[in-house]
Amino acid sequence: MATDVSNKFDVIVVGAGLAGLSAAYTCARAGLETIVIERGTKPGTKNVMGGVLYTQPTARVFPEFWKDAPVERPVLEQGAWILTKDSVIKLSYRSQRFAQEPPNAFTVLRVKLDKYFADQAEEAGALIICETLVEEVLTEGERVIGVRCGRPEGELYAPIVILAEGVNSELTRQLGMQTDLKPTDAASVVKEIIRLDREVIEERFNLSGPDDGLTIEMYGDATAGLLGTGFLYTNQDSLSLGVGCLLSQLVDCPHTPYSMLQRLKQHPMIAPLIEGGESGEYMSHLIPEGGYNRMPQLFGHGVLVVGDAAMLVNGVHREGSNHALLSGLLAAQTAVEAHEKGDFSGRVLSHYRARLLEETPTLHDLRKYRNASTYMERHPAVLTTYPELASDAIYEMLKVDDVPKRQKQWEIVRMALRARSLTGMAWDAIDGARSML
Amino acid sequence: MEYQNVKERNKGLVDALYLVKYETDESESHLKVIDAELCRKCEDKLCIVRCPAEVYLWDEAKDELEIAYENCLECGACRIVCPFDNIEWRYPRGGFGVAYKFG
Repeated sequence: MATDVSNKFDVIVVGAGLAGLSAAYTCARAGLETIVIERGTKPGTKNVMGGVLYTQPTARVFPEFWKDAPVERPVLEQGAWILTKDSVIKLSYRSQRFAQEPPNAFTVLRVKLDKYFADQAEEAGALIICETLVEEVLTEGERVIGVRCGRPEGELYAPIVILAEGVNSELTRQLGMQTDLKPTDAASVVKEIIRLDREVIEERFNLSGPDDGLTIEMYGDATAGLLGTGFLYTNQDSLSLGVGCLLSQLVDCPHTPYSMLQRLKQHPMIAPLIEGGESGEYMSHLIPEGGYNRMPQLFGHGVLVVGDAAMLVNGVHREGSNHALLSGLLAAQTAVEAHEKGDFSGRVLSHYRARLLEETPTLHDLRKYRNASTYMERHPAVLTTYPELASDAIYEMLKVDDVPKRQKQWEIVRMALRARSLTGMAWDAIDGARSML
Repeated sequence: MEYQNVKERNKGLVDALYLVKYETDESESHLKVIDAELCRKCEDKLCIVRCPAEVYLWDEAKDELEIAYENCLECGACRIVCPFDNIEWRYPRGGFGVAYKFG
């Protein structure tokens, strides 16, 4: 630490990602002396997401951010593609309602975006220290009193520490608020930035111009049938193409994360979309997928946990950035309340969890889908057998030949029953309804 | 998959990693094996298979795990998949390690 900087603050935020910057900005705006400790060379350089940023939750923290934040394209179209080896079933939704200002969501690149939010936090008065790793949370009895950074005289003190350290939540675990992550708790994602001229992107994806973009989530053969998704998002002059699978699924997988991505790039339905593109960057990150059942303790005496460190990701709806931003906001509001009351005990800081429950859909949604990823693990047919069956059925019905349609229908039924028994299908459906609805 | 086939599966990865910017900490590896003997007994060697950046390879001559920590993308998968909790996983020191340009 520079010697002219005091080592006492009102709030210490660990990590300059979306959750941390949201918390820091909100604390600083409320007049709290706020410091953010970030291990990267700049805010954003360690951060990866698909990435889709949702407007409404983001604007709760940074009002009208879209007017000058470096977003890529508004998402006017969202697709779900079910891939088989040689085919694709496309479901796509496009709406003019998404085009009204502000649009529902934007595609983003985190390095640019996080720098912008960090600038906002700094302008609001937060101090952001980069190239600094927090190695330990300092405690006194049960109370968190500060952090120790990996540099000489690196002790910093504050009555509240907000842990926004991301999915590898070292400090949260150090405090005993979370247990070690298991392979069922995280998905491994690899992503590549593929550079293409913007005109090429707009022509290839039928986009009307720079204020038009789309997202595609891919299932089935995109992940070789494993529990996970592929994704393809349009940026201004690049595509974000990635694939991720739950770590527990990959034990018997014949692919490495890298070869899984190559496999997707070579898929006959994907290859033409990225043709001529130049690789811009290759990256990897874990997504917390443990959900509601694996959330850490969210608060303690003098400590709050936000964002990925708090497992606040809804994998079914590919939502994480919104929950990160909102949890940062509400943690900060709770920190402000604690400072007003002069009480930093878990009793007051528990209001963070109460706020999350009352003022955001975060905990409701996580609770709703708490059995979703185990459902997929218990019903592998959903991502393997059914896509193949659907593709074969559609192919048969669309192919014009000498076979009467009724006969084709019966053949499809027989084919389905050969692939999966009636009771098996019923069980997939009933358990699916129970886990997802 | 067999960990012996990783190199073949990852053909092209070297070029991909070439585009990644790193601030390499020459002084120390942030990844360490705790007990080398456990790795010899480990059949699947999932750290090798699951790493997106081929940080881990099995050195047949030395009969031990080789760690190219300078390639690490800091995802954390290796530690989670290790069935013996045998990887001492830390983040690189502040300012070091991967520095993404796009993210």
